[in-house]
Amino acid sequence: MAYSEKVVDHFNNPRNVGSFDKQDPDVGTGIVGAPECGDVMRLQLKVKDGIIEEARFKTFGCGSAIASSSLATEWVKGRTVEEALEISNTQIVEELSLPPVKIHCSVLAEDAIKAAILDYKQKSQAAVEAAEATVQA
Amino acid sequence: MQLPVYMDYQATTPVDPRVLETMIPYFTQKFGNAASRNHNYGWVAEQAVETAREQIAQLIGANAKEIVFTSGATESDNIALKGAMEMYTSRGKHLVTLQTEHKAVLDTCKYLERSGRAEVTYLAPQRNGVVDLDELRAAIREDTVMIAIMAVNNEIGVVQPMAEIGALCREKNCLFFTDAAQAVGKVPIDVEAMKIDIMAISGHKMYAPKGIGALYVRRRKPRVRLSPIIHGGGHERGMRSGTLDVPSIVGLGKAAEIAQAEMEEEGKRLTDIRERFWTALTDTLDHVQLNGHATQRVPGNLNVSFEYVEGEGLMMAMKDLAVSSGSACTSASLEPSYVLKALGLGDDLAHTSIRFGFGRFTTDEEVEFALKTSIDAVTKLREMSPLYEMVQEGIDLSTIEWTAH
Repeated sequence: MAYSEKVVDHFNNPRNVGSFDKQDPDVGTGIVGAPECGDVMRLQLKVKDGIIEEARFKTFGCGSAIASSSLATEWVKGRTVEEALEISNTQIVEELSLPPVKIHCSVLAEDAIKAAILDYKQKSQAAVEAAEATVQA
Repeated sequence: MQLPVYMDYQATTPVDPRVLETMIPYFTQKFGNAASRNHNYGWVAEQAVETAREQIAQLIGANAKEIVFTSGATESDNIALKGAMEMYTSRGKHLVTLQTEHKAVLDTCKYLERSGRAEVTYLAPQRNGVVDLDELRAAIREDTVMIAIMAVNNEIGVVQPMAEIGALCREKNCLFFTDAAQAVGKVPIDVEAMKIDIMAISGHKMYAPKGIGALYVRRRKPRVRLSPIIHGGGHERGMRSGTLDVPSIVGLGKAAEIAQAEMEEEGKRLTDIRERFWTALTDTLDHVQLNGHATQRVPGNLNVSFEYVEGEGLMMAMKDLAVSSGSACTSASLEPSYVLKALGLGDDLAHTSIRFGFGRFTTDEEVEFALKTSIDAVTKLREMSPLYEMVQEGIDLSTIEWTAH
């Protein structure tokens, strides 16, 4: 199967590979997929004042899965959390010219963004509640 | 060194130049129909076919009359299974085979089951890929017509205990059919010593062209008879009608002759390459698993799971190597290798497998290149693998609740 040029580029020169500290309150971490299915994506976002400043990923998967997550880290950067939630898998499919059998890779990337944002929101919510609890006590 | 380096000899082999050279006159000058009995063109072609038959018979310890030419191992498998189940209905309709057989055997068995012509027992091999002889013995019934067990597995290269299986079949009075596509010309096969009754042979796995193969059908003790699946002019003792592909048959014969002369030396060389390759991989990388028996395997096969790195991604990262993977992503079905799963490997490990196939034209330079390429690619992808990171941190992956999709 031939890969599109963009997939090959992201695969050979993946953007933003790495990790943030999961405990950092400004970091949201999303892990989606399963080893049994052949792909696991971990996407991390660092948020400041509602804007995603930086993103990192690590992915276990095929070339299209790695390219989809690499692209996702580029796309979320600079967006607000709400804007990032608007990124859909179809945009990723289009950008990377993914064939039908690889659509699940784009779905996974979209899910990873959403999972990371959810994690971030839950953490900030918990932080707010903890702060309120401290004040009340 | 030509790139990509070819290391997929279990998928197919190039035609040996000596084979090709032998074939060429039979396309243009000696083009006769081997069935033409009344002129020299036919006689020349027939003579060439008989020489090839003899060369193949020699390689496997058979009589030339026991060789039937077919289009390849898939066709041979079909004739063997369908032909025997139709011919021996009075004996019963039970078949015993392995879950790790080639699809040409498994799908034919499924077809026979669906059409009510066979009841099939699919045995799981042991973890190392070798059939459990006690289980095999226990699976044989009064009405078992045939045992179908391949000589060498195409994915993991495991060599089955042929002589033991053959002896068991004789004792139980059932036929022993083996798909030996990956074995003939690579490991010694002797139909007498192994008591093989029917055997499928493939040309393109042994440096002959694609589209040619053979079926060994025992003529004496016992005399095996198979109903044809292709009807016509009654060629090949009625078992396989159709004008013979003389050039390819000549090629298959020559390939058999070369294999017989060089098998021992080539086997040693390839075993040495395989051992060196494995040692270098495991010296450099952690979390590497060998799939299939360590020594009871065909010289040119190494099937490895590089844990925490997905197979298709890995093949993309080593695009200068032509290898294959048991990863789901490389198959049309999106299911990881059924062979690896039958060994008891989890889907997660099956996804990380790579099959390296070494062969006659593999050079030391290519081996060194392949080693470096593989190690670099695995290292690079592990730096990108969340699973590898978790394992390094001491997290047990089996305790994590994954979101399957």
